[in-house]
Amino acid sequence: MTRWGRAVLPLAVVLVVVIAVWYAGAAWLNFDVTANLAEDDATTWEILQGTMSQDRPLLPAPHQLVAELFSSVFEHPIDSPKSLIYHASVTAFAAFLGFLIALALGIGLAIGIVHVRTLDRSLMLWIIASQTIPVLAIAPMVVVVLGNIGFTGLLPKSLIAGYLSFFPIVTGMVKGLRSPDPMQRDLMRTYSASGLHLFTMLRWPASMSFLLPSLKVAATLALVGAIVAELPTGAQAGLGARLLSGSYYGQTLQIWAALFMASFLALLAIGVVDLFRLVLIRRRGGRL
Amino acid sequence: MQAAPPAPTAAAPVVRARNLSLVFDADGQKTVALSDVSLDIAGGSFVSLIGPSGCGKTTLLRAIADLERPTSGSLVVNGLSPEQARRNRAYGYVFQAPALYPWRSVERNVMLPLEIMGMPPEERRRRAERYLDLVGLREFRRRFPWQLSGGMQQRVSIARALSFEPALLLMDEPFGALDEITRDGLNLHLHRLWRSTGMTVIFVTHSIPEAVYLSSRIVVMSPRPGKVVEIIDVDLPGERELDVRETPAFLAVAHRVREALRAGHSYD
Repeated sequence: MTRWGRAVLPLAVVLVVVIAVWYAGAAWLNFDVTANLAEDDATTWEILQGTMSQDRPLLPAPHQLVAELFSSVFEHPIDSPKSLIYHASVTAFAAFLGFLIALALGIGLAIGIVHVRTLDRSLMLWIIASQTIPVLAIAPMVVVVLGNIGFTGLLPKSLIAGYLSFFPIVTGMVKGLRSPDPMQRDLMRTYSASGLHLFTMLRWPASMSFLLPSLKVAATLALVGAIVAELPTGAQAGLGARLLSGSYYGQTLQIWAALFMASFLALLAIGVVDLFRLVLIRRRGGRL
Repeated sequence: MQAAPPAPTAAAPVVRARNLSLVFDADGQKTVALSDVSLDIAGGSFVSLIGPSGCGKTTLLRAIADLERPTSGSLVVNGLSPEQARRNRAYGYVFQAPALYPWRSVERNVMLPLEIMGMPPEERRRRAERYLDLVGLREFRRRFPWQLSGGMQQRVSIARALSFEPALLLMDEPFGALDEITRDGLNLHLHRLWRSTGMTVIFVTHSIPEAVYLSSRIVVMSPRPGKVVEIIDVDLPGERELDVRETPAFLAVAHRVREALRAGHSYD
């Protein structure tokens, strides 16, 4: 078997099994509703066929979902509120902005914590405490408070996304900036290197192998934050709004399509981080 | 404040220690690492500090490098305090491990001190090439540390210490982690380097043959508390090949060192 075959075959097997279970689940979960709607003399076989094409199925069949995804992605102009691409891009932009906020905040805090003893003692506990508050509880408050002082739309969403995703960046960076061993630090001392040199030539490059795994987690958390932030606002646009309106109107197909789009965005985000990682590894001669 | 001391002449020692003591205090637990050490190291000499673990030989080297602060006594490096000497970048330091930065290529590791010292890029490249050539690693300059063996990595770290051409080289058991064959090769290399540059080398080791082969003078130390037991001049020819180690003169010096170590090291 070729290398490709070895890599693809296990994935393909899992995919086939998942789809089979999914179809079975759709038939089972949708059976009662379909039977109620069907003509009195419908046979079981006819009802089973019906479970595959309900308008509002409890669990849509895979091919229905594919059709829904296709139509909502390709059959509307990108700037139309019916286009899933439009909603995905609204969420992705908020998440990206939140991620940038988290990057600045997380790296800034980590630098402070590593260099200032007082910050080390005072901040870390609060940073950990901040993450024990469920985002679902704090998101509506942030949205309402900011809305009252005139900030709506992008900013509250990005702040919530940033709030979720700065945490792995802080912890990864603190650990990374502290990772150089005493000998590597003594070496800098023998050169009478400045604090800035110590940072740019030792601490910062040493921290990269800690930052990159954190970035993957942070990127997906930013996306979760942005979607959650779209729920309580009754947002007009975004994947969160699609999920919310889908559940109001029982549009299960719409919900599932939005969920798939969200996981696609997460994969995309992780892919971008991975690309950055590969570039860095290349520059470092094959190892991070 | 006293006036700046006169610049060291050829006769003035590069390192001058008087009644030097150093006590480590970790949570009230006091460890005397150095006790009343007095020592002169002449310019251009190769001086080995030898002794068992815990005799303070590394601590003495680190004090000279201003990586540790003596508790009492005086220590003068190049006529200056160790701190001033360090700020003047008076010495190159080779650690027990190569301490290379893994994200830098071999060449860029050698250039690290040159970058910190603000040398122009052209000159940096020239120096890196010259000193990598000197340790026989020129063709490996684009590789990364993990692609080299332990001995090669330590050679890179020596090239790095030499790259800014310090007059004083401090080496802390640089070959301790290497196999005997690699070690022999590096000893020969280092000996020729010292002969050709005329720099002062202070070399910490616990290998008697290594100390005798390399040194013009050997400082024998004893542990608990770390002090100097004896200072032995090595009267061997200036230019030495590895087989000098089988000559009676060599063995006689080695014997004296061993006796001194034994005298300073009681198990009571």
